[in-house]
Amino acid sequence: MEQRQDISHGELFWGFNKIALSGFGGVMSWARQTIVEERGWLSSEEFTSLFGLCQFMPGPNTLNLAVCIGARFQGASGALISLFGLLFVPFLIIIGFGALYGKFGELPAIQAMLRGIGAVAAGLMLAMGLRMAADLVRRPLLLVFSALILVGVILLHWPLVALMFGLAPLSIWLSARRYCTSS
Amino acid sequence: MNVIVEIMLKFGMLSLVAFGGASTVLPELHRLAVETHGWMSDATFAHLVAISQATPGPNSIIFTLVGWHVAGLSGALAATVAMCAPSSLLIFFFMGFWKKIQGTRWHNIIQTGISPLAIGLVLASGCIITRGADKSWGACGLTAATVLIVLNSRLNPLWLIGCGALLGLAGII
Repeated sequence: MEQRQDISHGELFWGFNKIALSGFGGVMSWARQTIVEERGWLSSEEFTSLFGLCQFMPGPNTLNLAVCIGARFQGASGALISLFGLLFVPFLIIIGFGALYGKFGELPAIQAMLRGIGAVAAGLMLAMGLRMAADLVRRPLLLVFSALILVGVILLHWPLVALMFGLAPLSIWLSARRYCTSS
Repeated sequence: MNVIVEIMLKFGMLSLVAFGGASTVLPELHRLAVETHGWMSDATFAHLVAISQATPGPNSIIFTLVGWHVAGLSGALAATVAMCAPSSLLIFFFMGFWKKIQGTRWHNIIQTGISPLAIGLVLASGCIITRGADKSWGACGLTAATVLIVLNSRLNPLWLIGCGALLGLAGII
């Protein structure tokens, strides 16, 4: 598909609005399809590179992607309008659900449904973690850090900020050592 | 401290340590909302997570819902801004630098170094949601079945969420 350089604010807003509404429980896979294949905003390579950056930086991945792509075409205002497109309708929907939950959340039928959805949501999250861990099996020493995080968070209830800033330098140092000795 | 200020400060912090996405800071969100501030019970937190999973949009919308539950519309707005602004500003200014170190050794080292932490956090999120959601054998079975199905197929999660709602209504969970 031909590469375009003149993506307007309106196109950014509606593009990200569509991405947000087509995905449940995370929207990254839809983002690629819309941005690369349907609309031709970015080449596949450029998308992958930006995606790597968005995963590497802290913050919600999809929001990071909206900032990067919006900024690429329209600077700061493009980043803002893309974020807005991504969040505006989901914001209204979730507030609607929140209000309904506040009103009817005590009803036995709603409680029963949420119990079922909750059990599935737990499974989705565990499966995502296991999939990510499978990528790292070749580096078992690094998985020790996954285990340390798990213990620190689940059993010791330590604050996440302290844990992250404590473990990240060690983990990066180990990664650097292995990287140097293996290459 | 005013609850809105509290939400802004704490959620803003979470935005900056959410390496690997919004799901990775769910354990900390749980710790803040249930244990530290007592804004809600364990069961309510599990319900809010369930609702956010059944809502279209980015995963990070759970922050908006928690903000809404704690302090209404102003809470929802504060939570959304706090979750977006710090990390968005950071990546906005970091984009140029990233282009420069692209393909260098440091790029790979940092990325590899951070991934095990993200994995640990996602698994911790899974454990905490499981602990809040699975109060019966049926629920534990459904969680286990979901893990197996997701790992072995490419089924859209929406089908699983729908099945979960029906099984719950049927009184099995």
